[in-house]
Amino acid sequence: MKYLTTLATAALMTAGMSVAASAADTSVCLITKDATNPFFVKMKEGAQAKADELGVELRSFAGKYDGDHETQVSAIETCIAAGAGGILLVATDSKAITGQVKKARDAGLVVIALDTPLDPMDAADMTFATDNFLAGELIGKWAAKTVDDPANAKIGLININVTQPSVGVLRNQGFLTGFGIDIGDKSKWGDETDSRIVGQEIGNGNAEGGRKGMENLLAINPDINVVYTINEPTAAGAYEALKAFGKQDDAVIVSVDGGCPGVANVEAGVIGATAQQYPLDMAGKGVEAIVKAVETGEMPAATEGKDFFDTGVGLVTDKPVEGLEQLTVEEGKNLCWG
Amino acid sequence: MTDAPGSAEERLPEQETVAEFNSSHKSNFHRLLGFLQTTPSAIPLFVLVTAVIIFGILNGNRFFSPFALTLILQQVAIVGIVAVAQSLVILTAGIDLSVGAIAVISSVIMGKFTFDLGIPGELAVLCGLATGLFFGTANGLLVAFVKLPPFIVTLGMWQIVLAANFLYSGSVVIRSEEIAQVAPILQFFGRTITVGGAVFTYGVILLLFLVLLMSYILSQTAWGRHVYAVGDDPDAAELSGVKVKATLVSVYAIGGLICGFAGWALIGRLGSVSPQAGQLANIESITAVVIGGISLFGGRGSVAGTLFGALIVGVFTLGLRLLGADVQWTYLLIGALIIFAVTVDQTIRKVSL
Repeated sequence: MKYLTTLATAALMTAGMSVAASAADTSVCLITKDATNPFFVKMKEGAQAKADELGVELRSFAGKYDGDHETQVSAIETCIAAGAGGILLVATDSKAITGQVKKARDAGLVVIALDTPLDPMDAADMTFATDNFLAGELIGKWAAKTVDDPANAKIGLININVTQPSVGVLRNQGFLTGFGIDIGDKSKWGDETDSRIVGQEIGNGNAEGGRKGMENLLAINPDINVVYTINEPTAAGAYEALKAFGKQDDAVIVSVDGGCPGVANVEAGVIGATAQQYPLDMAGKGVEAIVKAVETGEMPAATEGKDFFDTGVGLVTDKPVEGLEQLTVEEGKNLCWG
Repeated sequence: MTDAPGSAEERLPEQETVAEFNSSHKSNFHRLLGFLQTTPSAIPLFVLVTAVIIFGILNGNRFFSPFALTLILQQVAIVGIVAVAQSLVILTAGIDLSVGAIAVISSVIMGKFTFDLGIPGELAVLCGLATGLFFGTANGLLVAFVKLPPFIVTLGMWQIVLAANFLYSGSVVIRSEEIAQVAPILQFFGRTITVGGAVFTYGVILLLFLVLLMSYILSQTAWGRHVYAVGDDPDAAELSGVKVKATLVSVYAIGGLICGFAGWALIGRLGSVSPQAGQLANIESITAVVIGGISLFGGRGSVAGTLFGALIVGVFTLGLRLLGADVQWTYLLIGALIIFAVTVDQTIRKVSL
């Protein structure tokens, strides 16, 4: 134990000396929705790696479960009290948390929203996120080019949950736009009138919900041939439902995330195409930006033409179509997380 | 012998009260209550049949088809199996909040042992079932011998098991395709039998089998009668020679084992092993049990009722989705049913035969 402590101290000192002196006492907080979702697990790894590299301290917090707003509030309070340089926040409740975020910013902390934009977006100093609308649009375009007769497609959608969080809305509306469907009000799903949409289900982002959602969609219309899913576990559940009714070859499933199991499912033919996001990068760049802001006072800037810092998205498929930039399964595997 | 002989000391005074207030329709009222007391699954069965007919009329053939009706069975299979375990515990006037967590950790053990330790799938399944039995027994020992309230014991166990599940699995999902290649036995309960348009998974058959088996055991064996006796009045049961503590431990242990089977069936349903699954199974199973007419105060109700309770939830969920209703309407109606069911239970409790 003593040996380990000495080693750790030595490592910290070496790391601390290699960067500006002020960085040695800068600390960065990472607050995620929960500590079990592989996406957030990877995010923490990415933040930790970057913090180690820059010689700053990383404090990680997470809700007890996805939806645990109270724990996030007390985490922000802890970060303010601890005198952290800044907070990377994946907000559970992107509206309700803004009051707390304001307190942190008033106390001089830099707050970067990761993955989930706050509502309003400028409540945080900057947002580092996947362009979720673009992610949806990519799989929508791919699906429209893949099905035989897009004008008569039967589309089922399995969304995240009834509260319609911004990430879920952006992916859903992006997908429909990419497929060539009029989305009406782009701030919510379910107001579309296109008869190609069979139904909009809720899957809670897991396999269990994906299976049930797909079953319900099949009960509404057994001829569904395009299935949009909010993420890859949902897609895997939806595939099980299709398989149980011998319809796995009649429908093409598209998804978002680009986790390693998801990319493996693209290879296995479970998922037709998935839009890959890069949580390790997102968190690593976030840590970098906070340290830079603390040291130089220079705030992170948005990607040109967007109101947030875009951390990139790639379309992974093993059935490429014309006219879209796509990654092969091999490339997707090299970049995948979780 | 009825399912629920009321305890002597509360029977006498209440009987007098009722006789005073309701003397004129005593016979009819009592006949109905007597019927409901001896056949506690009658009300949920009635609600179930009515709901099927109403949704059948509203939705037409989309709902009233072998496909949709057997789909409901598939959708309630896991919660139904967990609810059988929950029924046993609630019949002893206990409650088990850890059922879903135990089911999930059992499924995770089955998957991880197969893939990480490289042991054969059959053996891994046995290890998973043993895990369920272990946690159930631990609950039982704490309730019976340390005399802690079941709510507290299982509240703690729920957290412990769920945390252990996430720590051990690292939240990593084991994919369906890998399982199919290496250990198809894990997906055993996902296999299907198709009769016409009807699709039965082995998981559904397991649920129906468990309900029949437990109905028989609870009504026809000494152990089964002891479970009711312990739930109705543990002191009276003790005085009549029932080994109360042993009965309690066995109930929680068997409950844990059934949850192990639920975990196995869960792999069949999902195809994959998912540490994030089944997190609401405790609440959903209690809902099924309560709507199924089992008294939360113990000693009255039947496992058949629990099956009907689970099916009612399934019928409402699918029926309303096919109608295109917002999913919140399902929760609202289920909530109303829960309160209705407990009201009926309380009414029966106040009046005895």
